Amino acid sequence: MSRKRVPAIEGWFTLDENEPRLIGLRDKESGTYFFPKDVSVSAAPGFADAEREEVELSRTGRLWSYTTNHYKPPEPYVAPEPFEPYTVAAVELTEERMVVMGQLAPGIDPASLEVGQEMELTLGTLYEDDENEYIVWKWKPVAA
Amino acid sequence: MSNQNEVAILGVGMHPWGKWGRNFVEYGVHAIKAALRDAGIDWKQVEFVAGGDTMRNGYPGYVAGATFAKAMGWTGVPVMSTYAACATGAQAMEAARTRILAGMCDVAVVVGADTTPKGFLAPNKGERTLDPDWLRFHLLGATNPTYFGLYARRRMDLYGATEQDFAHVKAKNSRCGVHNPNARYKKVFSEEEVLESAMVADPLRLLEICATSDGGAAVVLTSMEFARRHTSDPVRVAGISTVTPTFPDTYIDMPSFSTDSAAGIATPDRGFKDSIAHAAYEQAGIGPEDLSLAEVYDLSSALELDWYENIGLCKPGEAERLLRDGDTTIGGRIPVNASGGLGCFGEAVPAQAIAQVCELVWQLRGQAGERQVEGARVGITANQGLFGHGSSVICVK
Repeated sequence: MSRKRVPAIEGWFTLDENEPRLIGLRDKESGTYFFPKDVSVSAAPGFADAEREEVELSRTGRLWSYTTNHYKPPEPYVAPEPFEPYTVAAVELTEERMVVMGQLAPGIDPASLEVGQEMELTLGTLYEDDENEYIVWKWKPVAA
Repeated sequence: MSNQNEVAILGVGMHPWGKWGRNFVEYGVHAIKAALRDAGIDWKQVEFVAGGDTMRNGYPGYVAGATFAKAMGWTGVPVMSTYAACATGAQAMEAARTRILAGMCDVAVVVGADTTPKGFLAPNKGERTLDPDWLRFHLLGATNPTYFGLYARRRMDLYGATEQDFAHVKAKNSRCGVHNPNARYKKVFSEEEVLESAMVADPLRLLEICATSDGGAAVVLTSMEFARRHTSDPVRVAGISTVTPTFPDTYIDMPSFSTDSAAGIATPDRGFKDSIAHAAYEQAGIGPEDLSLAEVYDLSSALELDWYENIGLCKPGEAERLLRDGDTTIGGRIPVNASGGLGCFGEAVPAQAIAQVCELVWQLRGQAGERQVEGARVGITANQGLFGHGSSVICVK
């Protein structure tokens, strides 16, 4: 029985398998972006009354930094058993000029990474249970 | 170097850091009694109590000011309780200072203490999809060391820092902590031993990441007039910074997994971490060139290097040179973390910023024993609490 692919959190990213995008907000007056989009007003000072629109964010950016976790994080992280080290990357989105963290897509050697290189958004499995495969955004290097 | 906005630190006291597993109130009371003894005053003379809250010890921890006042014996003294994560102690000190400077009291006790669980600091239980602290663990498995790892790796790729440099910081501080009776880890580590410890958040290893500890620290703050009746030359507080970031803050920080966007509004001239000490320097009317020593928040060995730059000891990218030249070792130009730092203490959140100030006071009085910085006259602490809390205190003598 194949598991159903569901987002690990609703409404934060598109489920386009080839070109997924994070979903954020843009304050139309100051031009500032927000992710996640749970801001109650524009957090740009002086723009609390600005109209906001939901937007899809850029898919690419530059690697700000990265690290590999060698220890199992505590709950509410759902870690596979046995635990496998995984890499977390922080990427500065080109257009939005904001840094967004995400896990590195599996199968990429962190030793091959370098701060400043171009990265793109992808989707991957965060964890699974008997019924569902929970999907989250991840980062991977832009193919050379 | 004296101005009308100064208050005195008449007494300091600590309960040794460790993993004692007792009630946090015990540690706080121990620290208060030590600070009062050091000041040569009686509990009944205290006119204000500022308590730093602990989030892990139930209701008494949320009302720390009252908890400690009651434990010492109710005298009707006004209390306040505050929480600002790692910056809690500085906020509590600021509350006491402003009360003294406003002429509302002459003598205040500032205290923080914690009892901590084992292992990673984890978010509170329950499914809370609007809490970034919950989300970063659930969606990313981003522990605190994950962030420390990101900063460390960035230094390596941008500035050529090496794992050896990070181990050097830990080894340097361990040689100080061994002489500190309040430190939890009193053992000298070599760089080789550090580099042989288990990898936690690449490139950082177990011995380079701050543990969580039990501990308590207290200071007695007084008006200058009151202090001069007790001592001719008290240590003075010349500046306390409790700044928050200026939008947009594009530096990734716990517990967020995204930053502000700089697409619409330009980033400020001075980033958040640089603004923390800057605000304290402005108040004190001094600059980094005037410092004798600094106590900075080395949540990781690599983070100490970031602080060298953030408090203005050198330009960005030059911290490794300072370290390698021995400038930040005792005996060097500007010793950093002569107490042994968090690497030798482990973090007792609401007590830690106060503990940093205790070290400055001992150093400025020349009472720091084997870890004494010769001729220390001016010291700074720097620290940052998650959710945007800056903290820096400048003490002078």
